[in-house]
Amino acid sequence: MTRQRNDNVGAIGTARPAPELEVWQALNIALDRAMERDSGVFILGEDVGLFGGSYRVTQGLYAKYGEWRVRDTPISENSFVGMGVGAALAGGRPVVEIMTVNFALLALDSIINMAAKLRYMSGGQLQVPLVVRMPGGVARQLGAQHSQRLEHTLINVPGLRVVVPATAQDSYWQLSQAIVADDPIVVLEHEFLYFTKGPFDAAAAPPPMHAAAVRREGRDVTLIAWQRMVSECMNAAAQLSARGIEAEVIDLRSLRPIDLPLLRASVAKTHHAIVVEEDCRFGGAGAEIAATLAEASYPDLRAAVRRVAASDVPTPYNLELERASIPRTQNILDAVEELAGSTG
Amino acid sequence: MQRKLAWQFLYDMTLARQFEQAAAEQYTQGNIGGFLHLYPGEEAVAVASLHAAEASDYVVSTYREHVHALVRGVRPAAVMAELFGKATGCSGGYGGSMHLYDAEHRFLGGYAIVGETFAIAAGVGYWLRMNDLTHVVLCYFGDGAVNQGTFHESLNMAALWKLPVLFVCENNRYQIGTEIHRHSAVPEVYRRASAYGIDSRRVDGMDVVAVYEATRAALQHVRAGNGPYLLECETYRYRGHSMADSGAYRSALELAELRARDPLDGFRERALAEGWLVAADCDEIDSEIDRVVADAVRFAADSPQPTDLGASVYREPLDLYGGRP
Ligand SMILES: Cc1ncc(C[n+]2csc(CCOP(=O)(O)OP(=O)(O)O)c2C)c(N)n1
Ligand SMILES: [Mg+2]
Repeated sequence: MTRQRNDNVGAIGTARPAPELEVWQALNIALDRAMERDSGVFILGEDVGLFGGSYRVTQGLYAKYGEWRVRDTPISENSFVGMGVGAALAGGRPVVEIMTVNFALLALDSIINMAAKLRYMSGGQLQVPLVVRMPGGVARQLGAQHSQRLEHTLINVPGLRVVVPATAQDSYWQLSQAIVADDPIVVLEHEFLYFTKGPFDAAAAPPPMHAAAVRREGRDVTLIAWQRMVSECMNAAAQLSARGIEAEVIDLRSLRPIDLPLLRASVAKTHHAIVVEEDCRFGGAGAEIAATLAEASYPDLRAAVRRVAASDVPTPYNLELERASIPRTQNILDAVEELAGSTG
Repeated sequence: MQRKLAWQFLYDMTLARQFEQAAAEQYTQGNIGGFLHLYPGEEAVAVASLHAAEASDYVVSTYREHVHALVRGVRPAAVMAELFGKATGCSGGYGGSMHLYDAEHRFLGGYAIVGETFAIAAGVGYWLRMNDLTHVVLCYFGDGAVNQGTFHESLNMAALWKLPVLFVCENNRYQIGTEIHRHSAVPEVYRRASAYGIDSRRVDGMDVVAVYEATRAALQHVRAGNGPYLLECETYRYRGHSMADSGAYRSALELAELRARDPLDGFRERALAEGWLVAADCDEIDSEIDRVVADAVRFAADSPQPTDLGASVYREPLDLYGGRP
């Protein structure tokens, strides 16, 4: 049995676009439209069909497209992602859902050794138009094995693209773009964002898949974040504004590639930058962004680029400790304070 | 047996033997780098099974796949050039010995992580079944690969959804230096298929006619919509695992026993005895192959190096820092 459907997508394909949607609904519409347009698009994953998706993202699609295009798989991550690679080689456009990034560790061979490398290894003869979607991040008391990020590993792989939508609109845009692209693309979703609401317009023209977005303009410091950390930065910016500091908040939207021109333009204005990430600090995506920005924008920077990141610990179960393990608004405020101190 | 088929068997097995011999020499001379896994002794498996298949079927193989590519119709010159890492190679010099590809011949590689071929083949099979296409995927793998998780995962899914995959085990008794009784609790590979309700059988992989007949029957089973089939071919590699391995862990007696059952010699004798071929055919094939292999080596040696380091990582060049490439 599928779960109770939300009114907005109760009748897939016939619903009038609502002005505000939750992230999962936007993803659902992106999948539905892509499947309607192209019969080569199909879904593989655990509980994506009859059950409707662990986070409802595939809700209603099984009834509409049938079991061959919305396939419930056994718990065989490496092989069902590898099947996605094989089907993509044969001409399909599979969208594989891995229930969460934690289980993607078992599928890294298929993602890194096969999907990402086959075009290159074949001298450009083969292509792997595969999308791998998976939610990650720290949710709520799921314990260390179910609360982690995989950005650090995936962004280091030639041949992959990695997008990190935070809003309903971006989720729709970027998943739609990923499905029609001819390269393997990982769409990292966030477990905490599926049921957050935002403006949605299916007809609006999308920016390039990798383009970052300025969520708030400011002249004093640039806060760079993605997914859940964007809202922490927005909270921090509101509090800073009350103290007379105007922070610019940039939602990166993509981690491979990154939109360096936008970051540089912002830093040329603010002269200060802080990267805020939910992943552990050591060797994370934030390190790449901070180092790149330091090299590229050195003359504009009045202080070293700082990082606010998760503690380098497995995620603890205890709620208070769990909260303390990832950046909170206060950590961002502290970092801005230190930055102000360091530049005088 | 028809003369034409006998001729093809002998031609392809001779090509396989001589091509690999030439590759070994070129490796020793330093013209081929990296890992080089050769096929002498196993020729009957690839030759017979691929001749039993249709040109429109798909083929997925391991890193020991030169012969599969050749039998599939990839030009010997393009395979040798790939071993040399040249721009004219069948993967443009980007793949190497373990990563041969030829989209036109539906030869999908060339996978060097043991166990990968199962999932790729199941995925192609899924696509075929989803679109009601009648082609089959031939999936090659070694005896060592059946202990990898993907074997069990993929066989389960292939059986569950009745995917048109023919799993062909090239059981050469060894996983590098570990003999099958030391790596597998159930050393009869074909018996493992029963765990997933997949029909299977074992065949003498040193006998090209037997492999051919068994493959035809297996393909018929798959094409009839019965789902996957597993064919275990008992074979043997004469050389070490790769050029880096002398094979010293095997007894001379074992090697001699298997060489006495050489698939190439055995078939030549039988073809002459049965009248499928005459002595002149064998001579013609031998001299033709000498020429083809020599040409392939010359072509590879004379070919240019690839020069574009960043070619085809992505569909379009991608600037990781978001600029216009
Ligand atoms: C996952 C993985 N582990 C280990 C290796 C190293 N390795 C390469 S070939 C091989 C043995 C494979 O034996 P088998 O499957 O019987 O194939 P054969 O080489 O005999 O044809 C091993 C261990 C590898 N390539 N991939
Ligand atoms: Mg073996």
